[in-house]
Amino acid sequence: MDALILQILNGLDKGSAYALIALGLTLIFGTLGVVNFAHGALFMLGAFCAVTLNRILTLSHTVVDESRTDFLGNPMKVDVPYLFDIVGPDTGAKLIEWSVPLSILFAIPVMILIGVVMERGLIKHFYKRPHADQILVTFGLAIVLQEVVKYFYGANPIPTPAPSAFSGSFDFGVLLGFDPYVIIYPYWRLVYFAFAMVVIAAVFAFLQFSTFGMVVRAGMADRETVGLLGINIDRRFTIMFGIAAAVAGLAGVMYTPINPPNYHMGMDFLVLSFVVVVVGGMGSLPGAVLAGFLLGILESLASMGWVIDLIPGINQIIIYLVAIVVLLTRPRGLMGRKGVMED
Amino acid sequence: MTDHTTDPRTAASARPATASHATETAFLGLGPKDFRLLLIVIALTMLAPFLLNPFPAGSELAQFNAGYPDLMQRFVIFGIFAIGFNILFGLTGYLSFGHAAFLGVGSYAAIWMMKLLTMNVIPAIVLSVIVAGIFALLVGFISLRRSGIYFSILTLAFAQMSYALAYSVLTPITGGETGLQAKINDPRILDPGAGQSLGRANLFGLEMGSSYNLQIGDWSFTFNAGYYLAAIVMLVGFYLAIRLFRSPFGMMLRAVKSNQQRMNYTGLNSRPYTLAAFVISGMYAGLAGGLMVAMDTQVGPERMFWTASGEVVLMTILGGAGTLIGPVLGAGMIKYMENIVSKINDNILHQWFSFLPDGLEDALVAIVYPFIGKGWNLTLGIVFMLVVIFLPGGLVQGGQKVARLFRRNNRKGGGAESEAAKKQPAE
Repeated sequence: MDALILQILNGLDKGSAYALIALGLTLIFGTLGVVNFAHGALFMLGAFCAVTLNRILTLSHTVVDESRTDFLGNPMKVDVPYLFDIVGPDTGAKLIEWSVPLSILFAIPVMILIGVVMERGLIKHFYKRPHADQILVTFGLAIVLQEVVKYFYGANPIPTPAPSAFSGSFDFGVLLGFDPYVIIYPYWRLVYFAFAMVVIAAVFAFLQFSTFGMVVRAGMADRETVGLLGINIDRRFTIMFGIAAAVAGLAGVMYTPINPPNYHMGMDFLVLSFVVVVVGGMGSLPGAVLAGFLLGILESLASMGWVIDLIPGINQIIIYLVAIVVLLTRPRGLMGRKGVMED
Repeated sequence: MTDHTTDPRTAASARPATASHATETAFLGLGPKDFRLLLIVIALTMLAPFLLNPFPAGSELAQFNAGYPDLMQRFVIFGIFAIGFNILFGLTGYLSFGHAAFLGVGSYAAIWMMKLLTMNVIPAIVLSVIVAGIFALLVGFISLRRSGIYFSILTLAFAQMSYALAYSVLTPITGGETGLQAKINDPRILDPGAGQSLGRANLFGLEMGSSYNLQIGDWSFTFNAGYYLAAIVMLVGFYLAIRLFRSPFGMMLRAVKSNQQRMNYTGLNSRPYTLAAFVISGMYAGLAGGLMVAMDTQVGPERMFWTASGEVVLMTILGGAGTLIGPVLGAGMIKYMENIVSKINDNILHQWFSFLPDGLEDALVAIVYPFIGKGWNLTLGIVFMLVVIFLPGGLVQGGQKVARLFRRNNRKGGGAESEAAKKQPAE
């Protein structure tokens, strides 16, 4: 029982990442009808927003500290971030420590901008082309983005720690009446899960309760009619693309402490996210979220010892297996609308 | 296949007579244009050791020489892989993102043949084709129930599953992370010298690794047995692909691409055709995998990773999907970039631009540097995007456009012919 709960918890954070990326993918597909293979790259760019902010905050100049000496007895040279000069060392150190959560504020405008530029500059020209072309051009874009990041940040993963306030683990088992240290769960993963829920809720609330969201939903249902009513639906869809990019980016920002970002992390997630979208149902937002968590948890349940003993290797293939079964038995996915991309 | 599929085949076979030139002359069953293309490709592959080594050894430009066996083998092997992929994607429009799985399966089959039976490459290659074909039949039977993006995802899922299994559970068969190599103590029941020495891949005694070096002045040319075997196999594969493109069966596959729904409405079941194309294309991939093992007797699971599947997609699109020669060109170009362009470093750049004033030299090097050497993938990505955006027909279409431009300049008023050329699909 305790192992089961532990695995479900473990599945939550991965599931959160899947759900967030799949949500963005579905937003793009549902609004613009574009299959975006560069979405994993957006996730990766988000993660590198966090790295970039960290680098900006720690931009340093060298000063000679007379009070300390190095091993040769000379006055020691220390790197002092410019930030310390501006806000003072205490606040500065705090800011640097909290750079990952701070990156959320940094990443939102950056990612929306990247998304809008991407849509206006490239994707716009591919609405009328076949899905295969869309896949190919965004695949090419993903390679380009990935290589650009690799050029500037190198090929190695860059550790980006969470604030020390979240560095420990939370003894979840005690809460449920188990022995201590049976079910422990890193705080940051809990934060990630909560964060994902907030972002998902925000997106749904935005679509459900704002006028803008209402127009977008109408456009998703029938783009032409909305256009005929004199609404500039293209512009709204462009903004939705930006929001989808921001959702992927935020997923990336907050994922950095869990997994140090490297340039190909996007591709690793992309494949699974597509599977998630397809399982949830192309174009269905709740489906994407549900399938994201479902597959995340399934994946971690399948890696329990006795399951692997029973069916060796199941933890490696469970997601694909589920995808194949779903696609063959229920082509529109778990919650897909009837008639949307069913064949 | 039931009887209602055979009917329209004969009906369809009447159609291509006007559209293509399959029936004009029958030399090896090819039209004059196709025959010329085949001859050109034969000449290019047979003379490749000369053509790819245009610079004298030891000269500064020698690093652009691609005429060493390892790379030449890769050119033709990936050419085979891309030709096969093109039969599926170029003709039917089904975009498979899991083709590397067949290549991997073929490789594993081949290495086992070499370990158990003999180091002669023939049984290895034959079995790799058969096993990849059976595997493709299985995957295709399931995947082809869906089309479009779903088909891509399904093939991707199968390939990733194969990769994950080869990496973990199937370790007794696949060697897991380390892969499989030919070893001294392999049984090799048909080889006389088994158990005493490490066998080398051979064709009835002719070792694949053996080369003949020809020295003419400063130039040196290497003729490698393995390359020529792979090249001949590729030429046969290329010939069969031309025949397939021009056949009624090929027409059917094109019909699937242009409008599958209409095809179904006319009472045709397109599934057997697409499945056949899928299996054929999988067999080409298996053949490529088998040849890879024949050239270099080792396999690893990374050969099945989805980036490997993506690579063949890049090759085919870059060269020109649906064209005959395109995929081979694309394969050649990517492999050339991967092996040659990736070796250029900033020192070499500085040498090239050394005739410029210092400041300009540094600036130019700084601009060019991100795109070469380790950054060759960036160039590849950009070129690929440009091709998808502006040249959906790939480099072949680009070549045709340029050729047409020249022709128009040469004699003005030849518009009628260029119009006719425009109507012809890129081939």
